[in-house]
Amino acid sequence: MSTSVSYKNRNLLAVIGDEDSITGLLLAGIGHINENQKKNFLVVDSKTQVSTIEAAFQDFTERKDIAILLINQHIAEKIRPTVDRYQQAFPALLEIPSKDHPYDPSKDSVLKRVQKLFGE
Amino acid sequence: MSGTGPRENVFATRMALTNTKLRLKGAQTGHSLLAKKRDALTTRFRAILKKVDEAKRKMGRVMQLASFSMAEVTYATGDIAYLVQEQAKQATFKVKAKQENVSGVVLPAFEVDRVNGSDFNLTGLGRGGQQVLRAKEVYAKAIETLVELASLQTAFTILDEVIRATNRRVNAIEHIVIPRLENTIKYILSELDEMDREEFFRLKKVQGKKKRDNAAREGENADKIQQTPPEFEDWDNGSGDLLSSKDVDVIF
Repeated sequence: MSTSVSYKNRNLLAVIGDEDSITGLLLAGIGHINENQKKNFLVVDSKTQVSTIEAAFQDFTERKDIAILLINQHIAEKIRPTVDRYQQAFPALLEIPSKDHPYDPSKDSVLKRVQKLFGE
Repeated sequence: MSGTGPRENVFATRMALTNTKLRLKGAQTGHSLLAKKRDALTTRFRAILKKVDEAKRKMGRVMQLASFSMAEVTYATGDIAYLVQEQAKQATFKVKAKQENVSGVVLPAFEVDRVNGSDFNLTGLGRGGQQVLRAKEVYAKAIETLVELASLQTAFTILDEVIRATNRRVNAIEHIVIPRLENTIKYILSELDEMDREEFFRLKKVQGKKKRDNAAREGENADKIQQTPPEFEDWDNGSGDLLSSKDVDVIF
């Protein structure tokens, strides 16, 4: 199996989020900058372009050392088609709530699938 | 006759029949095994589905708590976002993947792997060091929940995929492979029966022909005995009668 080999090296978490979420998560110690000066987090504010988010999302999902990708739900909302299209097992994509945007389970792409399976 | 439905391209022989029967048996065994696997996976999948749903809701609460403690930090120390972002160099909070086996499917599960490094120099922030430490702890707890959720979700995704593949296989065997093998067996059987009947008919024909010939020869012999002297009888009989008894239908 190809997946069993590849996920052994995945041990980082990556975040795309607003400043507060990122700060909190970095406080806990998930921040990582690799030898190419590449960060594993992206701070998104109101001025950040959707294309930048999109690019970061692609970048994080293609990296081989990331096990879990966290993304604020309101940011995921901006690139919803891309997020919904994402079906891979690795990295696991998690939509997390942010300070200003409470969690809405009905928007979560995984929960949507869960609901669909329950209501089949 | 046997032209109903698709079948394999085989010669109708007894050996092909045995082979096909064996393959049909194999397909049936495989079908029942795969169906069992699918059921086991589906049971597991249902359990995970429920857990994912719960964990997602729990995460909502935990993250709210974490945001609160972050707000406390901001209140006590002011904006430390920039500082914290600059401090990030090497991850101290990592995950480790281990694997679990559910009826032949390898499911990865993430485990928190935390290195307690003192690389954070935030104690020098003056006021609010305590709040910062607390926020750190709260966020670490929150991430633990997130990691748990992530492994559930990964298992969910992988199981979903595997169940679909298994379902496809079960259906393919049930609706394509098994009917085709059954059709093949039917075809071979009918073909063999047909050959049997042909053979029987042929033998009957040969027998009938022989009988007729014999009868004709008897009659001829009776005539010859009367016409020719006995010493020439054998000679005439041997060449003439053998040739005429050969039939076009008889191949050998």
